[in-house]
Amino acid sequence: MYRETDIIQTIPGTDEMVINVGPQHPSTHGVLHLVITIDGETVKKVEPHLGYIHRSIEKMCESLSYRQFIYTTSRMDYLSAHINNHACALAVEQAMGIEVPLRAQYIRVVMDELTRIASHCLWWGSVAMDCGAVTPFFLAFREREMINTIMEETCGARLTMNYMVPGGVMFDLHPNFQRDTKTFLAHFRSKIDEYDELVTGNIIFQNRLKGTGYISKADAISYGCTGPTARGSGVSCDVRKWYPYEVYQQVQFDEILETAGDSFARYLVRLAELRQSISIIEQLIDEIPAGEFQAKTKAVLKPPKGEFYSRVETARGELGVYIVSEGGTTPYRIKFRSPGFSNLSALDHMVRGQKIGDLVAIMGTLDLVIPDIDR
Amino acid sequence: MTLKQYFKDIFTGVKSLATGMRVTGGYFLRHHKEKITEQYPDNRDKLVLAERFRGEVVMTHDDNNEHACTGCTACELACPNGTIKIITKFDMTPEGKKKKALDTFIYHLELCTMCNLCVEACPTSAITMAPTFEHSVFDRSQLIKKLNKPGSKIREGVE
Repeated sequence: MYRETDIIQTIPGTDEMVINVGPQHPSTHGVLHLVITIDGETVKKVEPHLGYIHRSIEKMCESLSYRQFIYTTSRMDYLSAHINNHACALAVEQAMGIEVPLRAQYIRVVMDELTRIASHCLWWGSVAMDCGAVTPFFLAFREREMINTIMEETCGARLTMNYMVPGGVMFDLHPNFQRDTKTFLAHFRSKIDEYDELVTGNIIFQNRLKGTGYISKADAISYGCTGPTARGSGVSCDVRKWYPYEVYQQVQFDEILETAGDSFARYLVRLAELRQSISIIEQLIDEIPAGEFQAKTKAVLKPPKGEFYSRVETARGELGVYIVSEGGTTPYRIKFRSPGFSNLSALDHMVRGQKIGDLVAIMGTLDLVIPDIDR
Repeated sequence: MTLKQYFKDIFTGVKSLATGMRVTGGYFLRHHKEKITEQYPDNRDKLVLAERFRGEVVMTHDDNNEHACTGCTACELACPNGTIKIITKFDMTPEGKKKKALDTFIYHLELCTMCNLCVEACPTSAITMAPTFEHSVFDRSQLIKKLNKPGSKIREGVE
């Protein structure tokens, strides 16, 4: 019999072997523990073990007020902290019936898209590093640093912003925001072409990703995949298109769909989304109307009794926030439907029958953020 | 696979590698012109932090050592982590009435997540966020701070 604490165990009577990847493994991008059954080089089964970074955020939220609980969601998917805060603010606004000023809506969408660019930049660097290239990581962080500086100037924080509050945003835009953002976009446009030259066309990178980690459209739907992971298999699931929130209805952008369903398709979707995000920001940045940046709200928020749900498209997929209110100052129950959890559940399906060397590359294209999975 | 296809694959493969090498080679040749990374303690003198940067909570005092905190505990209630503890006392007004006033403003920096909710909640703008970040100390107890300066009192006219 094998014990879970052993590093390598063999299964008696077969050629199969059980090995542990993680929880402290650099390529799992966090404390993810994968128990892999392999036959030689071929992966037979992948079993993710969760719970290493569980902070009971959902339970914690039950003792925090409707203003306070939003900051904890920055710690879930920390790479798209703005978008997580946005989802919670939307749910509370829906519960309270708060009308968000138009200026705040524009600011929120611009911030969301900037976050998406920053998140995809980091993913691009890390997926290239998973395939063995170190240089792209530094190039991606150069661009991400510019976004972080913009965020620092306006929101006062670089990663966990807590900028979206019920009723609008916490501060008005910094006077330099529009200038800096335009400078960044002009700089970034030329850099994406460089990304393509350096990594997308690279024969080694293409051979690593093409044909691996295949998931069909039907399987992607049945596993509940969302975001670029599902769109790489041709599932049209962009919340910004299907259930537009804020001012997404007014902007022109394409939902990126690839039909190949392999790792390279997911890569192409994310790279094309970077270009779409640039175009969304360019449409909005000069149009931000004057006015209030925060609606007048009561000091203590007491939503009526009932259930409220809001959904947004984060950089990884669909994030749902479900609030059950009993009419008090704190929520009765909060449930987050995080995109990373569903995407991770499809990993076993994608990796079965592949070589163990491809496991890390496939996992890289899923863009997993472990605190988002565990919460 | 035909022989023609075989050589074509080799050619396109080598070409794609050369394209990538051109990008990195370009950086290699002009890296001394555009410096991207900076080492932290070396750049400390010219490090500029944004004015809104949230590093720690501070209480602003004016030249007369007066602050604007009435001791209303709005920030204590707004804080999600129990970072702030306010101890109040009763002052005597010239008319002989008892008046609630701030005695000690205790701030636990080690519990703070810099979410800015206390500053938002403050009705008199007595506390603000300061753009400091070098908070490391040798003992955890040194992170518990008393924000009102010794001998300070509330500014005239702040209710």
